[in-house]
Amino acid sequence: MSVEAPIRAARRSPLRFALAPAHIGYFVLSALAVLLVSRATLDGYVLNILMQAATYSVAVFGLSVVLGLCGQINLAQAAFFGIGAYAVGLGTVDYGLSYWICLVIGTIAALLAGAFLGMTTLRLGGHYLAMVTISFQQIVTLVMINAVGFTHGPDGVPRIGRPALFQTSQSYLAFAVAALAIIGYCVWHLQDTRLGRAMRAVRDNELAASVAGINVYRTKVAAFAISALLGGLGGGLFAGGFTYVSPDQFSFAESIVFLTMALLGGVASPIGSVIGTGLLILIPEWLRFLKSIPGLYLAIYGVAVILIILFMPDGIWGFIANFMRRFIRPVPVATVPPLVLSPDRTGSDMVLDVKGLSKHFGGLKAVDKIDFAVRRGGIHALIGPNGSGKTTTLNVISGLYRATFGSVVLGESDITNLSPHRRTGAGLGRTFQNIRLFRSMTALENVVIGAERRGNSLIPATGGYAALEERALAALEFVGLGPRANEPITRFSYGHQRLIEIARALAANPTLLLLDEPAAGLNSSEKRALHDLLERIAAQGLTILLIDHDMTLVSGAAQHITVLNFGKRIADGESLGVLRHPDVIAAYLGTET
Amino acid sequence: MSHFLQLLFTGIGIGAVYALVALGFVLIFRATNVVNFAQGEFSMVAAFLMVVCAVDLELPYWLSFLIALGGMALVGAIFNLGVYYPLRHRTFLPVIISTIGASIFLANTTLAIYGPQPQVLPGWFETPGFQVGPVYLDSQYLLIIAVTVVLVAFQYWFFEHTLLGKKLQATSQDKEMASLLGIPVARMIMITFIYSALIGGIAGILVAPILFVSIQMGSSIALKAFAATIIGGFGDVAGAIIGGVALGIIETFGAAYISVPYKDGFAFFVLILFLIFRPQGIFGERVAEKA
Repeated sequence: MSVEAPIRAARRSPLRFALAPAHIGYFVLSALAVLLVSRATLDGYVLNILMQAATYSVAVFGLSVVLGLCGQINLAQAAFFGIGAYAVGLGTVDYGLSYWICLVIGTIAALLAGAFLGMTTLRLGGHYLAMVTISFQQIVTLVMINAVGFTHGPDGVPRIGRPALFQTSQSYLAFAVAALAIIGYCVWHLQDTRLGRAMRAVRDNELAASVAGINVYRTKVAAFAISALLGGLGGGLFAGGFTYVSPDQFSFAESIVFLTMALLGGVASPIGSVIGTGLLILIPEWLRFLKSIPGLYLAIYGVAVILIILFMPDGIWGFIANFMRRFIRPVPVATVPPLVLSPDRTGSDMVLDVKGLSKHFGGLKAVDKIDFAVRRGGIHALIGPNGSGKTTTLNVISGLYRATFGSVVLGESDITNLSPHRRTGAGLGRTFQNIRLFRSMTALENVVIGAERRGNSLIPATGGYAALEERALAALEFVGLGPRANEPITRFSYGHQRLIEIARALAANPTLLLLDEPAAGLNSSEKRALHDLLERIAAQGLTILLIDHDMTLVSGAAQHITVLNFGKRIADGESLGVLRHPDVIAAYLGTET
Repeated sequence: MSHFLQLLFTGIGIGAVYALVALGFVLIFRATNVVNFAQGEFSMVAAFLMVVCAVDLELPYWLSFLIALGGMALVGAIFNLGVYYPLRHRTFLPVIISTIGASIFLANTTLAIYGPQPQVLPGWFETPGFQVGPVYLDSQYLLIIAVTVVLVAFQYWFFEHTLLGKKLQATSQDKEMASLLGIPVARMIMITFIYSALIGGIAGILVAPILFVSIQMGSSIALKAFAATIIGGFGDVAGAIIGGVALGIIETFGAAYISVPYKDGFAFFVLILFLIFRPQGIFGERVAEKA
């Protein structure tokens, strides 16, 4: 589907679908395909085309992981492909190693190269990755051409060995198709694993992913490394298939061909990868005459990339899948036991202790040495006029900003220097003033990401996806959206999206829930429902730290209020007393002079 | 010592070209938050336009230069309308991919029209250069350095002291606010693309007599220019210039003292070192993505 925000239908639990007919059908069809290519009479031309399609598809799967699942770019797939291919070529020809050992070495080499590039670059913005992968691609090509003693230079490596079992081209093709089917199955399955869900969350919204407890950096590196690994594996298969490799087969232009294949078919699914690869191998064969003018054929690829991005961002398979989805009803929702919140109770009476907290942006002291503590159980409000530093305080507490001075202690653990996902792991949950949901997912999938928090003691280690799903459903039921759990996020109103965000935080069973202006933009009946929801959360013993401008909500719900103005704490104490405090009245209404 | 000074001079000259292309990157990045991967192709296309006019059609050099610049303005405008503008509300990834598509298209269309043979463009001056003490000053390198200094000075004056420059700056900082203040944002972005195509083009025309005019020159220059912007500090104008010159010097010395075939690899090596040890670059700006 699109590299931006595709909408997916609900997925079922992997436990249930491990035996589902779709999966059995997949393996039956794959077995038939393998049987067909091993038995049918194929002439050399068809055989070559199939060989190329099967091995290229593996590399394009890699792009569907990094680009489709995780939203990161890789413009060096041909280089990783080349690393795998040269490992098999040089290993079997120059060093007399077995094909299998070479295949493993090449795959691991590509994986390590990918992990290294990812680790150096993925903390930075996406354009760094684009440029660094192009640079890496150029270096690999330079080495292939110039390190003649090692790589045979521009002449390439001929007479590459194959495994003893698959000496003929046709038997090797059958092996390649079988490998393709198995690898395709793993890639298809990846999105139903914890890592796959994390990748999708990172693609949709990095900030929300980190606050939901996902290690964004590690997830991106993993996606990139898997992509490189699949590139290397595809290259190793390719080298055995054609028994000859040379530098021009792994140039930057080929990386662009891989990218176009992935985009044309649709990056969201391995099916799209196979469609795109097949088409882009066949079309140039039909349009052979284009190759008589050098450049023309790549020029058309260039335009094709722009046109696909403009008019068919989901690719061919994404387009078909979107169309078919109209005929699929959302899966009915099972009934689940009501949501249980059991916040961690270790530590003192104060669940959150903020001491001397400051956040400076250059010369601006957005938050200046504030102290406050949140008592366990009940609702604590943090209020103040616009620009008083409330959201900055919340961002420092949840780790999106690093504190300039001061400390934040949650329960018994000092979280001042932890990254956001580790704070979530320690028991912090939060929502955002401007809603941050994973927009390609259903409501249920969003909340599952929350339920998956490391340290969520309510999810049994052996429960698998079913336990996560049950927890997520209960959380949606708790906020009143249970029956609509399988609808995509984009179909919910603004107010309901806020509730889904709260459900995502609740599913994680946090120790402390931070709500950043939950009433903003809600109408009066929605506000009453929100007030009621907050009371129900507090009744289960979960502590809430609330920021809001709605004084009816704050004075009605909160037992304790801290007031900020110009980054400093001006009042702190029991609700009614604080709201009558002259400094607070002056901050909100001004003073008579 | 004379060898050292000679290399230094050459390095600064090549670095000035990287700096000019890097400047084009930075301008478009600041205006649209998008990295234009076809920036190098602007240089390549301009160099080919010069070859067509000055060599094939034998027009006077100055006239060819003006025609090439006119062509680049057109390329910049079409690029904006076809590649960036329709995607302006999408996330950065589709836009990046679209500019990569444009880069492939420009390079290979040129290849289809002109064939793979590298072309030769003569330098601007009849006099090839002067011997000053131990150093031979090639006139084309002197021209490159001079033009870079003038363009940087012009750009500083333009952005800081003219109303149009300030409007462009406002657009790059906050498009929504700028449009609320009555600044025609679409036109400002158009001007930015045309201006970057022009300075990319000038860089290509200046460097063409030193290198061969080839299809690959665009991507090779763009890669170095991008490395220069990272080394200097992404999005920073002074950083782009210093990064570009530094890279030119490193590369020239690397080729002279370490290895010629791997000349193009040094930029990448330095880039990786910076990414590991100082990702914010020399001037350290705008690395983190906005929260």
